[in-house]
Amino acid sequence: MLNFVLCSICPPRIDKQFLRVEVGMFVRLWYNAKMDHRKIFEIIFHARGGQGGKSAAEIVAQAAVNEGKFVQAFPQFGPERSGAPTKTFVRISDSEIRTHEPITDPDVVLILDETILDSSEFTNAETHCNASLQRNVNLIINSKKTAEELRERITCKGKIYPIDANGISMDILGQPRPNTVILGKFVQVTEAVKLESVTSEFRKIFEGKLGKEATEKNIQAIEKAYDAI
Amino acid sequence: MKINNKNRIALTGGAAAAEALKQIEPDVMAVYPITPQTPIIETYAKFKADGEVETEIIEAESEHSAISACVGSCAAGARTATATSSQGLALMNEILYVASGMRLPILMVVAARALSAPINIHGDHSDVMGARDAGWIQIFSENPQEVYDNTIIGMKLAEKAGLPVMVIMDGFNTSHSVENLEILEKEQVQKFLGEFNPEKSLLNVDDPVTFGPLSLQNSYFEFKVDQDAAMRAAAEIYADINAEFAEISRRMHSYFEAYNLADAEQVIVLAGSTAGTAKDVVDKLREKGKKVGLLKINLFRPFPREEIISALKNAKNIAVMERAISSGTYSPIYQDIVSGFYQTDARPKIQPYIYSLGGRDIFAKDIESVFEDLEKGDISKEIKYSGLNKII
Repeated sequence: MLNFVLCSICPPRIDKQFLRVEVGMFVRLWYNAKMDHRKIFEIIFHARGGQGGKSAAEIVAQAAVNEGKFVQAFPQFGPERSGAPTKTFVRISDSEIRTHEPITDPDVVLILDETILDSSEFTNAETHCNASLQRNVNLIINSKKTAEELRERITCKGKIYPIDANGISMDILGQPRPNTVILGKFVQVTEAVKLESVTSEFRKIFEGKLGKEATEKNIQAIEKAYDAI
Repeated sequence: MKINNKNRIALTGGAAAAEALKQIEPDVMAVYPITPQTPIIETYAKFKADGEVETEIIEAESEHSAISACVGSCAAGARTATATSSQGLALMNEILYVASGMRLPILMVVAARALSAPINIHGDHSDVMGARDAGWIQIFSENPQEVYDNTIIGMKLAEKAGLPVMVIMDGFNTSHSVENLEILEKEQVQKFLGEFNPEKSLLNVDDPVTFGPLSLQNSYFEFKVDQDAAMRAAAEIYADINAEFAEISRRMHSYFEAYNLADAEQVIVLAGSTAGTAKDVVDKLREKGKKVGLLKINLFRPFPREEIISALKNAKNIAVMERAISSGTYSPIYQDIVSGFYQTDARPKIQPYIYSLGGRDIFAKDIESVFEDLEKGDISKEIKYSGLNKII
């Protein structure tokens, strides 16, 4: 719809790149309005134990700190087992965050593993996760499927943004590392933090561990997800 | 006094404690891992491995041994710290009394957690409340910033008061939550603390002394009363140290935090991380014109009774919310508040609440409903349980 409006008001010589920037701006304006209203921008990361959901959440939080923002990042404190569904909460705000309650009404939900949609968190109608999808939450999900295909599987009132983070990661890194790749899409959709803040935080954390070459490849993968439509 | 951007960081409560300990750089840290405290000593061990600190780290085979090693090193005259949680603190219990009885200024950071059985690794105050009569000064923290500040304040307090200090954060809620904080420079912390020069120590051969000797009917009683006098005197020392700390940090801590308390009719009293959530609720209800307020306890032992009761004297109704059960009676803070009021003429209604045992989530709406109950005057002597599932 937004595309249609833009296409009809933009002269035909405007290229696709420009259009993408415009769409990004619209989304950003809308989000900023929402942030002003709520003061605190809230995100829930869903992953499986060992997939790096917590690391991804902490990168976003530290990126926001580097921009001078206030943050909170904390895991849903359950038993930690490899492969079990995990949840990590992130709050970002321009002013001090005092609440310590878990997030139940997020602005964005990030899902690193599509099979989590089958877990009781999403299938049981009484859970907070399910309830938040019934509101206007944005769902960013690591999946090859299209938004329409995913919509057949779950009821979600908000927008669904699928991103093939596994595919991008396999192409560029040769191994599935969706946790940081998906952050590119997250930044594109929400503009909650700047892309440079995310990549420089990634560099800071991982350059020592992975070496320069692998770090740059990872960043390339994040940027590819950021550019993906 | 200069605060640059590199000092504005975001850390978990555990990492904030480790950062403060790094700047304190105690001579000895005797440690044993236990969830959710482990990140503190892990992080500290990394500082040591990276050559950032020269602390002698003693890896003990249990918490009982860890605190025993602390007793030895502190008696020998070394600046000493440790950290623990839950079962670890319970296992230390015997030696907690030895440390305080020998008047040893040991600093212990506690990531407060539920006690077994049934086994539960999550946050509540059962462990630290179990140690409340052990002769340790106890300071609660709301968030990583307070954990950082209290760790530094606690070290100095221990040494000035001649008593061991527990700096308490909520297990997981604070110990594992990344939040913003502002740290000092190491030199500032070192200058604030000064050198540790104990009045008496075992390694001072020019002034030989005995620690913890046999003391029977003729003297034990006096020892214990004297120790309690030191504990009572510690409150004022804590206040002085807070003022000194405010000079270098621009952050002033006190016995308790009074949040919109002056004209409040309905008041919640609690300690720890839930205070942040409660402040948001107070703001929300104040916008609707409700006269609500919060008293957040920072210093719990010694209990600053007169100051707390005086701050609460205008309240009509009070809810004391606690994360610990005192089996068969009311929970500790409720007992302290109620007995405090008995020494004055004020008679507010006081409702005991227990919440969030074993890490049960507590939401703003739960706190709102506590205020609603207070306003309705729905108050009784029966304990209310916030967030308890109906038992079928």
